[in-house]
Amino acid sequence: MSKFLEVKNLSVSFPTEDGLVKASNDVSYSVDRGETLAIVGESGSGKSVSNLAIMGLHNAAIAQISGSAWLNLPDGPVDVISAPAEQVRRLRGKVMSMIFQDPMSSLHPYYSVGNQIAEAWSLYNDGSKRDGMARAAEMLDLVGIPSAKDRVKDFPHQFSGGMRQRVMIAMALVNNPSLLIADEPTTALDVTVQSQILKLIQEIQKEFNMAVILITHDLGVVAEVADRVCVMYGGKIVENAGIDEIFYKSQHPYTIGLLDSIPRVDKLGSHRLKAIPGQPPSLIGLPTGCAFAPRCEFVSEVAGSQCTTQDPELAEKTSDHFARCFLQPEQISTLTGRKASAK
Amino acid sequence: MLKYISRRLLYTVILLLLVSLSIFYIFDLIPVDPARLICSKQCTTALVEANRHRLGLDVSVFEQWWRFIQGLFHGRNYGEGGIKDIYCGAPSFGYSFNRHACVSTVMAAAFPITLSLTIGAFVLWLSVGISLGILAARKKGKFADRASTAFVLIGTSLPTFITGIMVVLFIVLKFHLVNPLELGNWQNPFTNPLGWLRTFFFPCATLAIAYAATYTRFTRSNILEISSEDYIRTARAKGLSEKVILRKHTLRAALAPIVTIAGLDFAGLLGGAIITEGIFSLSGLGRLSIKAVTQTYDLPIIVATTLVGSTFVVVMNLIVDVAYAYIDPRVRTA
Amino acid sequence: MSSDNILELHGLKKHFKVNGAFGRGKTVVKAVDGIDLVVGRGETVGLVGESGCGKTTVGRTVMKIYEPTEGKIIFDGVDITDLKRRDMKAYRSKMQMIFQDPFSSLNPRHTVGTIIEAAYIIHKTEPVGGRSKAIQELLERVGLNPEHVNRFPHEFSGGQRQRIGIARALALTPKLIVADEPVSALDVSIQAQVVNLLDDLQKELGLSYLFVAHDLSVVQHISDRVVVMYLGKIMEIATTTELFANPRHPYTKALLSAVPIPDPIIERQRERIILTGDLPSPANPPAGCVFSTRCWKVQDRCVSEAPIPVQISPNHTLACHFPEPAGQA
Repeated sequence: MSKFLEVKNLSVSFPTEDGLVKASNDVSYSVDRGETLAIVGESGSGKSVSNLAIMGLHNAAIAQISGSAWLNLPDGPVDVISAPAEQVRRLRGKVMSMIFQDPMSSLHPYYSVGNQIAEAWSLYNDGSKRDGMARAAEMLDLVGIPSAKDRVKDFPHQFSGGMRQRVMIAMALVNNPSLLIADEPTTALDVTVQSQILKLIQEIQKEFNMAVILITHDLGVVAEVADRVCVMYGGKIVENAGIDEIFYKSQHPYTIGLLDSIPRVDKLGSHRLKAIPGQPPSLIGLPTGCAFAPRCEFVSEVAGSQCTTQDPELAEKTSDHFARCFLQPEQISTLTGRKASAK
Repeated sequence: MLKYISRRLLYTVILLLLVSLSIFYIFDLIPVDPARLICSKQCTTALVEANRHRLGLDVSVFEQWWRFIQGLFHGRNYGEGGIKDIYCGAPSFGYSFNRHACVSTVMAAAFPITLSLTIGAFVLWLSVGISLGILAARKKGKFADRASTAFVLIGTSLPTFITGIMVVLFIVLKFHLVNPLELGNWQNPFTNPLGWLRTFFFPCATLAIAYAATYTRFTRSNILEISSEDYIRTARAKGLSEKVILRKHTLRAALAPIVTIAGLDFAGLLGGAIITEGIFSLSGLGRLSIKAVTQTYDLPIIVATTLVGSTFVVVMNLIVDVAYAYIDPRVRTA
Repeated sequence: MSSDNILELHGLKKHFKVNGAFGRGKTVVKAVDGIDLVVGRGETVGLVGESGCGKTTVGRTVMKIYEPTEGKIIFDGVDITDLKRRDMKAYRSKMQMIFQDPFSSLNPRHTVGTIIEAAYIIHKTEPVGGRSKAIQELLERVGLNPEHVNRFPHEFSGGQRQRIGIARALALTPKLIVADEPVSALDVSIQAQVVNLLDDLQKELGLSYLFVAHDLSVVQHISDRVVVMYLGKIMEIATTTELFANPRHPYTKALLSAVPIPDPIIERQRERIILTGDLPSPANPPAGCVFSTRCWKVQDRCVSEAPIPVQISPNHTLACHFPEPAGQA
């Protein structure tokens, strides 16, 4: 059984004057309908790049893309990386949709929200302009915009940030897509609005049985909604596992460090935060060896300075839990004092 | 909105009154005495005073201005104490003793020339500038883009008096495309469109070149800037074709600011395209005012052309602001 | 007792007049509408709230970047509310600001050394041992390589730039630092570094912080006391432990429950209070209690009468007619 989306060895690079930026390097993941995959990373980790490639949104004249991303459609699988651009375009907005971080700049300021939603609908449906606007009002109502019928003719700037993101979601879902890619959908929003939007995405996912890819830097958001997590660092996936495995049995020092470095509202007391020293790597001319090695506290635990000479493979450490590290699960649990069996 | 427009109109009127008043004060400061200029060789103080009275310059500047404003609405008699009374009907912009004609009559003859020149040039530069800009943006870095960049460079760096003279040299004298005797003849574009085209096409083109170059650059950079906007990415993510994205999403946003610039450029030229009119000997407002300043020091003409020119700019400003509100809903409903 | 406090705000108001489009009347935005607040010496007070709540305006008004509309600002026992620019200079050196965006708050054409030295030049001070030595010490103190004194801001990463901003703020040995979202533009792994640095500096130099932020996790970590703002008003003030363990204001409670916790098991068991609707516009705040339009406990009294902040225990002040029962997390 293959999943709805299967990404295999997807690499995206951009040539620049300073050298080749390997923004996404040999990335593989999959997500099924009804499932939420979170892709976590800091800025410059390449977490959005592979998904923009799936959507076909990179400038074909600049981006160098290799690998494959198969959508298992009812009438046979399609590799959206190698398929003709025109074919991929006919999948956008219909089979796969995407919403973005900043809902203000992502909506056209000169067109009413109804107009913009109707435009997406009429691409794949026959119907008059009035049908489109009626469908838009229906969608606005579905995503929880009060008195949707009166608001279809309003312009994006007349909505608040949270309402704009709802408009974006309505537009993305107007043709019942099977895959929704949400790129930092709540980062620009206030925290009380964030929880509204996350709840909405979860409800709609259930209703339409969608596959959801959530791109985020916020591990709290991940814990709230994800089923499976890919952690990215330096353009590569360093860990890929189920949600509980990532949070309680992480097999990668970066994930462990990240979890330790964030303050939590539920943990009182002014303990000192355990910061990860150093800076994230540049994606140009990555050094040999593990990209995280310069910041890793466990480098000395690996024999023969392997970490700085050789890049570890993304290996299955325990059942369905992949990590890119030379350390074995027993070593990790001794070093972090975690009990691999706990929780 | 109506309230806003009426208020802006009121401001416009006040502004124009102030502009006209300052024009009167500025020309009063210039150390040229029109009363002495028209005095014959045996000039006496009494004669100069009589002239001054006849020209209406023997009262305070404010009084002169006030008479002028009244004349605009009621018409006016000129040449007090002269041999005969001269009457110019409303709207009277004054009387040119130099040309022995009401300024309004002189301007009414010159204005269609300037207007048709400006409209012709405007249509040319808008169509050429915008289409070249779109082409350059779509073929960024390719030959078409480079060619248009070359055009932009040449167009913006060549002054009109050079392009104009070159056009005259080649087209009229070398290739005989236009009969030099026809150059500068006024042809009514409604009754004789071909004749108008023959005399006015090349002046329009000359005037349009520099503007077209600027608009090419402006359009190109705006399209490229808008193309990297998030909402264009959204349009692409919806599955729209590149054609629709360009036509409906990119151009709409990229061309909106052109309305402002085009309106003001158009208004600015309505006051007279001095150099182009000069080169092609078109008797438009530009040539009229430059002649009045440099050759005859014809004060009523100078005042009237200056005032008309600034009126166009001020009124067009209002039109542009209102038009922009209709284009950009953020301005309209904010 | 004012000598115990480095900063006191009494009934502080900051209203902005905004012109409507096309001359459609003027509106007054009540960004800060009468707040009382003290920052003790060596204390960190966290100021939290969502966008539009006025927290940034409070910080800027304290710095006298904005002139207060009403109320008093007492800094170090001196009323600085009506001081003019020139008279403020003496106090400016004692209160410094750290900004959110480390990319735009440093002049890209000046070297790190010039940026920090400007503080000495403007205030005509000569640190002990000379300027260049002082600058190098500052850089070292904030965890930067002192040899990088001649580099330009773009040669540093976001976290390092924020360290430069901190070094600049420390140059004149201030007593109070107003930090406006100092870590929210930084990556998660870098945030912790800067938060720890601010912690260390406070211990070493006895600084007081007014820490303005929207991220409750960070505020909880760094603050001794927390002030919760909503639409220009204070909803609740309490010591950090008290506020997070025992929130009494419905808004605080909703805010806390909205913050995601990076722990899937806890997340699955959590009962969320999801507020409906968005923040009302500060130009047109609701009558009565400003939170009444989104509050799930709203009653008639909330709409007709604005609750005033009342001290309910020595370390807890609250502005609510119908607070949550005590002793509930």
